[in-house]
Parts: sequence; structure tokens; C-alpha cells
Amino acid sequence: MGTLMAFLVGGLYAAAIYMIMRRSIVKLVIGLVLLSNAANLLIFTSAGMTREAPPLIPLGALQPDGVVADPLAQALILTAIVIGFGVLAFAVVLIHRAYEVVKADDMDQMKDTDT
Amino acid sequence: MGHTTALLALPIIIPLLSGALSLIYWRSRKAQRIIGVLGTTALLVLSGMLVAEVWQHGIIVMHMGGWQAPFGIVLVSDMLAASMVFMTGISAVTTAFYALGSVSKRHEHFGFYPLMHLLLAGVNGAFLTGDMFNLYVWFEVMLVASFALLILGGERAQMEGAIKYVALNLVSSAILLSAIGLLYGLTGTLNMADLGYKIGQLEDDAMISVVAMLFLVAFGIKAAAFPLFFWLPASYHTPRVAVSALFAGLLTKVGVYALFRVFTVIFPFEDTFAQSLLIWIAGLTMVTGVLGAAAQFEFRRILSFHIVSQIGYMLMGLALYSPLAIAGGIYFIAHNIVAKSGLFLISGLVYRFKGSYELKELGGVYRQYPMLALMFLICAFSLAGLPPLSGFFAKFLVIRAGVEAHAWWLVATALAVGFMTLYSMVKIWAEVFWKEQEVCHIKPPRKYHGGTRIMYATVIGLALLTIAMGLAMEPLFLIAQMAAEQLLDPAGYIEAVLGVTP
Repeated sequence: MGTLMAFLVGGLYAAAIYMIMRRSIVKLVIGLVLLSNAANLLIFTSAGMTREAPPLIPLGALQPDGVVADPLAQALILTAIVIGFGVLAFAVVLIHRAYEVVKADDMDQMKDTDT
Repeated sequence: MGHTTALLALPIIIPLLSGALSLIYWRSRKAQRIIGVLGTTALLVLSGMLVAEVWQHGIIVMHMGGWQAPFGIVLVSDMLAASMVFMTGISAVTTAFYALGSVSKRHEHFGFYPLMHLLLAGVNGAFLTGDMFNLYVWFEVMLVASFALLILGGERAQMEGAIKYVALNLVSSAILLSAIGLLYGLTGTLNMADLGYKIGQLEDDAMISVVAMLFLVAFGIKAAAFPLFFWLPASYHTPRVAVSALFAGLLTKVGVYALFRVFTVIFPFEDTFAQSLLIWIAGLTMVTGVLGAAAQFEFRRILSFHIVSQIGYMLMGLALYSPLAIAGGIYFIAHNIVAKSGLFLISGLVYRFKGSYELKELGGVYRQYPMLALMFLICAFSLAGLPPLSGFFAKFLVIRAGVEAHAWWLVATALAVGFMTLYSMVKIWAEVFWKEQEVCHIKPPRKYHGGTRIMYATVIGLALLTIAMGLAMEPLFLIAQMAAEQLLDPAGYIEAVLGVTP
């Protein structure tokens, strides 16, 4: 499972970086979406995956018996998803406005502020 | 116990509260302005109290919600964090006052004040948190606010600049998040003090290096270090001047602060690959920044490239890794916030009077506005490092540390870059202030509705501050030295947070 996830995460990173380096600003945003998902899955994988063991403490006990899944990693990912969603919503609006103002979907047309 | 720890949370709560209040008074321009001034002033006062508290009692820790570290999130203030929060306060107050005169009604209606407060909350949160993931969250808060501030007004140049700024900063955030994920997988903790303790016990050196490099790249992008700085000169000259000055003062410094924090408390740094790499990065950042500035002929673009160049000096302080070097680096950050904000604000005043940022079109400011010219001279000389201004001592400290470490190439680079900085500043002086303005470029004065006096007052305040920071060098150096000692002895930090001696 870990190996599979490793390949999946690697593939997502590769796809994200490829998309970010394209000239179209729409593809740029798609790349950013993939990148944030790749990072989320990386946290998920690297924190260790435990199957079918929810982190619940039995009634009356003070600690869970046996090995349970790590809930913190999932909390981190949830936070990261929410943040990523907000930021991407902004990015989508930004490229829409940029397209209206510049009238092009091409990063090469947006070199006025470069040096 | 009670009021000391409250001091830690207030620099975050006050901007958040002021931001929320400004949102409530969305339609009232006057109320937003009053909240802006009061909120930032309160922030400055409280951050001053925080510095005094840390000076007297050492590191302060607050366990959020009563959850003990390393399980809960902690806010920690050592001298570095406290002084950075104080500099944020200074930057906030100057921006709020300057904005009274410079930010137009239209931009205020777009939400300038709420966004400014949110940005300040993000910056202070990043300085004060003692948890890696929490640091990421504060970085994002700061970024989202800065995105919106950057495109306030919606001009074409702003859109183009913002796309590069947003894309590269999101890439940097993703790298930061990946690094945090790997770090958590490696150690099972995210508390900075706990990380510092556990990393020392790990034997997987290769993996630690990988994670350290990821942090170096992520914070390197945010700090605009070579070769990751390209978003900065592409975007910093596009927003309103008040926004530019706030960005120039604070945003890159948060990245530098994070590097200082991560490579002292968490990762072993001395004689590692990261250190030798950072020495190169520091030198090249200085050189590329100053050369970029030399090729520019637009007021704010020159200043933007100089931000990059000055970041090199701060990184040099960290890279040399001696108490003197780190103290110098910290003093440099404080100096740079004051001098650089001052220069940006002056460029805004010149634009108000002359209607341009292009050096070729400008001229004759010295004859018409001698006071403004004097203020520019003070800030510019401070940036270039002439005594007795703050810039001189800042450069003196890092270069002295370089001499002590026998890092001759770095010292030679730093000195040469100092001269080049002076060249750029003299170029602006000669073109904007000294030469006669050509008749064909004289435009009718731009329409503005008062407020020039308050803009002048903030610029004069910053210029006086850079003089004062030079003259009152000794107490400031003692503060920087205390910060450096705390950074170089992470055991104290770990003990303060975890309550055990490692």
C-alpha cells in the first residue's frame, strides 16, 4: 500500500509541475490543484497508514488497546484541504480577472511587469 | 502568569479583532480609519510590552487551550520573536497613518483596512507560534491577505504581477506542507521544541537533510533568496505604495525569520551541507539583487531589487552562525524594515507630486521639496550603510562576523554590494532629486485631497527612527545579542516549552 501511494504521490507531483510549467494560466491553476493534493496525500502516507483501527478508546478505558490509526495526520490534511480550497478559489478568480484585463491565456503575454 | 501569557496572544488577537471590526463598519470610511490607527497603535504598545517582558523574564510560553506541549499548540516568544513582533508594530503604525493620506476612497471600499489587519495577524502569528503546522497556517493567512492587497485596484500590471506572485508562493506553500508532512512522519511531532529534541536523537541523517533542504527551498522562496526571488521584482512595484511598503517591510522578513528559527532550534546547522549552501545563497542573493537594481530605471523597481539584495545580508548572518553574526542578522532585519519602508513611502510622495515613478521623467524634487529630499538622503544612506545611521551598524556587525569567521569572499562580496547599493541610491538622487526636470515631462499636478502632511509625518518618523537606531546602537545590540544567544542555545527554548531539560 505504501509503495503504491508513493508512486501515486510522485506521479501527482510530476503532473503538477508539468502543468505549472505550461504557458496557459488555466493549466497553471490545474497544476496548483494537483500540487496541493499531492502534498496532502504525502502527509497521509508519511504519517503511516493503519487499516481498520479507528482511534477510539473503549468505554471505561484510559487508552486505546492495540495500534490505532493516527488521527492527527488526518486533522492536518483537513486543515490543509480547507486552506488549499480557499486559496485556489482566489486563484481561479484571479486568472479570470487577469484574462479579462490582459485578454490572453498565455503567460508569455504577461511580461510587462518582468524586468 | 495570567497577564504575561495574554501578552503573547494579544499581538495576534488585536489585528484579528480590528479586522473584524473594520468589516462590521464596512460602509463607514471614517470608522475603518479610526480602527486602523487605534488597532495598530495598540499593537505597537503591546509588542513593546512583550519585548520588555522577554527582556526581563526570558522566554515566555503560552499553551493554547491549556493543552500541554507537545500535544497542544504553543505560542512562544523568545527575544527574536518579540523583537520581530515589535518591528511589525512599527511597520503597522506607519502604514496605517500613511494610508490615511495615500489610500484613495475607492481602494478603501475594496477593503484595504480589513486586509491590512488580517495580514498583520498572519505575520504576528508566524512570528509567535511554536508549532510547525501552525506556522504553515499563519503563512497562508498572511498570503491570502497579501494576494488580495496586491490586486487592490485591479490594474493590468497588478494582475500580471499577482499571477506570478500567487503561483510561486503557492508552490512554496506546497513544498512547505510536504516538508512538514515528511517531518511528522520522521518524528511524530510538530512542536518546534520537541522536534529540536527528537531530531537530535534520530540517526537517519539522509532523510533529515532532505527535509532540511525542503524547508530551505520553501522559506527561501518566501524570503526571496537567490535563485528563488523572481516573483518579488515582478510584483512588488505594482500595488499601492502603502501596500508596497508594508510588503517590503514585512513579508520577506517572515521567510528569513522562519529560516533563522528552523535552522537554529530544529535542524543541526553547523558544518552541514545546508550551511555551506546558505553561504553561497547569501552571497549570490546580495550580488544578483544589487545588479538587478543597477539595471533598473523605475523608482520602485530599484527598491524592489534592493529588498532581494538586503535579504542576502540577513542570510549571511545566519550562514556564518556565530553569536555576533546572528545578532547582526537580526539587527539587520530590524534596520531594513525601517529604512526600506521609508524609501517606499518616499517614492509614493514623489509620485503624488510628480505623477511618475520613471527616473527619466522625474527631476527637480530637491528644488521644490527640499524636506522630502533630505528624508530620502537619510533613508538611502542608511540603506547603503553610512555611519551613524542604522544601516552602517547592521552591515558592520555581519561583516565583522565574516572577518572573524575568515569568510573572506563573503566579506568582499558584502563590501562590494554596499558600494553598489550606494551607486543605486545616488542614481535615484541624481535623477529624481537633483537634475532639472525636462519640460516635456512636466505634468499638471495630480489631483489629491489633502493628507500630504500625514504622509510627510510618517516618512519623517521613519527617517528619525533610522537615525535613532544608529545612535542608540548599544541597547539595541544587547537585545539582538540576547536573541542570538537564545537561538544558539536551543536547550533553553526546549526547556521553556516542554518543561524538561533535554
